[in-house]
This record gives sequence, C-alpha cells and structure tokens, in this order.
Amino acid sequence: MDFINGITLIANYIVIPGLTYGSQLALGALGITIIYSVLRFSNFAHGEFMSFGAMNSILLSWLFISLGVTLNPLPTAIIVLPIAIVLTISYCIIMDKFIFKFYRKQNSKSVINLIVSIGVMFFTGGLIRFIVGPGDKNFFDGERFILKARTFKNITGLNEGLTLKTTQGITIILSVLLVILLFWFLNKTKTGKSMRAYSDNKELALLSGINPEKVVLITWIITGTLACVAGTLYGLDKSYKPFTYLHLVLPIFSAAIVGGVGNPVGAIIGGFVIAFSELIITFAYKKIFFYFLPINFVPEGLLQILSTDYKIAISFLILVLVLLIKPTGIYKGKII
Amino acid sequence: MYLLSGENITCGYGAVDIVTNCNIGVYKGKISSVVGPNGAGKSTAMKALFGLLPIKNGKVVFDGEDITNLPPQQRVLKGMGFVPQTNNIFPSLTVQENLEIGSFIDQNNKNEMLKYVYDLFPILKDKKNQDAGELSGGQRQQVAVGRALMTKPKLLMLDEPSAGVSPIIMDGLFTKIKEIANQGTAVLMVEQNAKQALKISDLGFVLSQGKNLFTDSGNSLLANKEVRQAFLGG
Repeated sequence: MDFINGITLIANYIVIPGLTYGSQLALGALGITIIYSVLRFSNFAHGEFMSFGAMNSILLSWLFISLGVTLNPLPTAIIVLPIAIVLTISYCIIMDKFIFKFYRKQNSKSVINLIVSIGVMFFTGGLIRFIVGPGDKNFFDGERFILKARTFKNITGLNEGLTLKTTQGITIILSVLLVILLFWFLNKTKTGKSMRAYSDNKELALLSGINPEKVVLITWIITGTLACVAGTLYGLDKSYKPFTYLHLVLPIFSAAIVGGVGNPVGAIIGGFVIAFSELIITFAYKKIFFYFLPINFVPEGLLQILSTDYKIAISFLILVLVLLIKPTGIYKGKII
Repeated sequence: MYLLSGENITCGYGAVDIVTNCNIGVYKGKISSVVGPNGAGKSTAMKALFGLLPIKNGKVVFDGEDITNLPPQQRVLKGMGFVPQTNNIFPSLTVQENLEIGSFIDQNNKNEMLKYVYDLFPILKDKKNQDAGELSGGQRQQVAVGRALMTKPKLLMLDEPSAGVSPIIMDGLFTKIKEIANQGTAVLMVEQNAKQALKISDLGFVLSQGKNLFTDSGNSLLANKEVRQAFLGG
C-alpha cells in the first residue's frame, strides 16, 4: 500500500505537472525552432508573442463571459481561442511587415535579427502592459477539476490523492492535437514540403520556384498559432501575469536547443526534458522516502535539491551544459 | 540553330569581368561541354546563361526567344533545368520529396517524370523514403539531376556534375547524361574532366581566362594537338 501511495505521490506532483508544463514548453519551443529554421534567427520576442496570445484570450474571455457565452464545464478561453489565434497571427505578420522584413531584404546577419527581435520583445511587452496592466489576471472559469484528490482517495482508499485539473487535461489534449496537425502539415502537404525545402536550401528552393514571401507568411501563421495556444494554456494553468512570459523565454530556448534547434521533434523532447528536470530537481522528496523507506531511515530535512525559486536557473544550467557538451542537441539540429 | 545560345556574353562579379565576349551554345537534343582550366570562367558563364548573374553585354536566346532579362524561375517554366555544382539537393527531405519539389513550379508532367527519373536512376527508387542527405556523393548527384528533370525540361544545365564523385561513379554518370540526351533533352555542362566530357559531347567549348579559345565538335577537340597539349595533359 505504501508503495502505491508513493507512486501516486510521484504521479501527482511530478508526472502530471511535468506533462502539462512540458507540453506548454514544447509548443513554445516549436515556435522558436520553426522561426529559426526558416528565417534563420533566434526569436527572443516569442515569449511576448505567447503573452500577447494569452492577453487576446483573456480580453475575449471577459467579453464572452459578460455576454453570457460560456462553455461550462470547460473554460470560455476554449471558445475564444480561434479568434485569439487570428489576432496573434495578425500581430506577428504586422511585426514582420514593418520590422523583420526590412532586415530580411538587406540579408542581415542572424545576430542583427536577434537584436531586432529583442527590440520587438520589449515593444510587445510594453504594449501588453499598456493594454491589460502588469498585474495578475485570472480568466479561468468552468469546472476546476477533472479528478479531485478527495474523490480519488474515496475511490481507491489511498492516503495520497491524485488530482487532475481541467487546465492540465486541456493542455495535454490540445498540445497533442496541435502537434499532430503541425507534423501532418509539414510532412504531407505541398506547402509544408516547400517550407521544409526552403529551410533546407534557400537558393535551390528559389530555383525550384518556391515563393519566399509565401513561405515567410506561412511561417508566421504557424508561429502565431503556436504562440497563442501555448500562451493561453500557460496562462490558464498558472494564472496570467505579463512578466512571467519574459522569464519563460529562457526555458523555451533551452528546450529548443536541448532538442536540437531547427528540429521539431527535438523541440518537443526538449520541452519535456526541461519541464521534468525543473520538477525533479525542485521537488521535496521527504514524503516519498516516508513511503519507500522503513520509518527509522526517513531523513529529517525536506530533501529538496534546490528551492523552487531557482527553477529558472535549472533551465539555464541545462542550456549551458548542452552548449558545452553537445551543441547540436539531442536530435542533430543546426549549431547556433 | 542553337536551342540555347549565349552571344557575346560579358559578365562578372562587381566591376571585374570574369567572362568576356563569350559564345556558348547547345543544339536541340545534343550535348555541349564547356571545358577549360581552373578560373576560366566556365561556371560563371553557366550561371549567367541561367540568369543567376546579370549580364553586362550580349544576349541569351532560348528556343528563338530573347531571355536575357528573364529571372531563373521563369526560365524553368520555359523549359530549362539547372543543377548547381554544390548544395544541389535538400538534405533533410526524402529522395521522393526532393523530386516533388523539382516539379513544384510545374505539376503537369509530375507523375510521368517521376517514373522517368526512377527508371533512369533505379537506385533512387529503392531509397525514395530515405533522407537525401544520407546518400553517397554519386547518389546525391543523381537526386540533383533528377530534381532538375522533373519539369521535363528541353535543356538540362549541369555545373560540374562529376565534382566529388569517384571515377567509377563518374563513368556511370556520363553514361546517364548521354542517355538523357538520347531521349531528346539537350545537355549543357561545365566539366573539369575535359577528356571524358568531350568524348560524349557533340560540341565543345574551350574557355581560358573568360574567352573562347576553341570551339569544335567533341572528337575534333580531342584530336586537336594544341588543345591536348594545353588542356588535356598531352
């Protein structure tokens, strides 16, 4: 019984949150990777694009709730997501037309584009705070849990509860759907193939008659969609605060680089690697030892390797290690 | 009458002229080779003929039409196929996807040409689902040629097709080029391996320092004492 309690504890505090957070990071890292492989620069503004997407979902959710349009027991954000995606895509395309395009026409170096993207990041961040303010925003409505700890305990008779929040369920399901859709698009459609060809060998793609402006447009459409969905899911799950998205850039970049920049499969794997490392290293293991060891052997301390305050440091550490030891990442990507 | 001809072409990079007053041409369904020492401007002339490099002087005529100012993509639609010397495949796409991208601009002959390319290079059919980047040098070259053939061009332009492949593979490649020409597609190629290229060529152009030195049939050039001593190693 103790053994099953221990497993439940791990599932509740590491596996389910890890899968959720990992999916959110994976979606973010996919956006970074796609911009990197097609437009050849590291887009630091991606975190703010996610924030922008989440903001759209929040404002639209409030509007829909005030109009009485809800999707109980699911959060209203699900209904407004398509509109929020369109708005986010429009914003990405506007940024591209007015800013990134100028540098692309000049064939600017990747590092110049990177600095430009930092500018776009600050601008977008400012714009968001100007529109919704810097404070916490909660836009979750509907049923909070799919599975409550108490219900689980009653059913199984265990000491430990297992909870599954609605947001966690939605995050995992939506991420899987979106990733399937993305891979289908990239591998099976003519446009997707032409995009991969352009990313592989730009000159030859131009020779083959692939229209570069169309490829760039599609790239932003995909990026905007991924950013909006990832941002909204993260906001739903953890409550929305503009500044958290500024910090989110680091784990997302780590995820993309760990997996191998430019490789979509790598971005997904990287997302989960980062998410699980953060959780595993900051988890307090005392209770687990309580279940797995004879009672006399259980140590006194919390058995936490690092305080959760240092969560961000873990992705940074992983990033540095990967760049030192295996700069191409798990799946051979492009070296930055 | 040439299918493609460059008449008195002058071109180069920036202010420097690499090629001056050059005449190059290829007949319908025949093979022409441009040979010469390193730095003779062979590849530059080839790029200029395909529109990858602006021409300062002279004109390019394809199928009776002046195409001097036509962008490369439009030339593909007119019936020209070009295989660059390096980076001529999409390494992370499969062999089949590489070929499909070849017909991106013109889907009309896609299935017919896919079959034609697979018949021409049977090894590609076996490896059609493999990433092109994983193939050997010779197989990559086959993918590159196959990609350019997908629009059913009247003229195939090859920039150093034998660069970086072993001598045995090279022989095979030249046989295939001959086969392509026999099926009615004219071939214009730039080659370092002058002897072998001229052997299969109907027409040869010897370039040196950006100028025409000799123009004659492939066999006559091979027999020409002066050409042999200067360019073919005796």
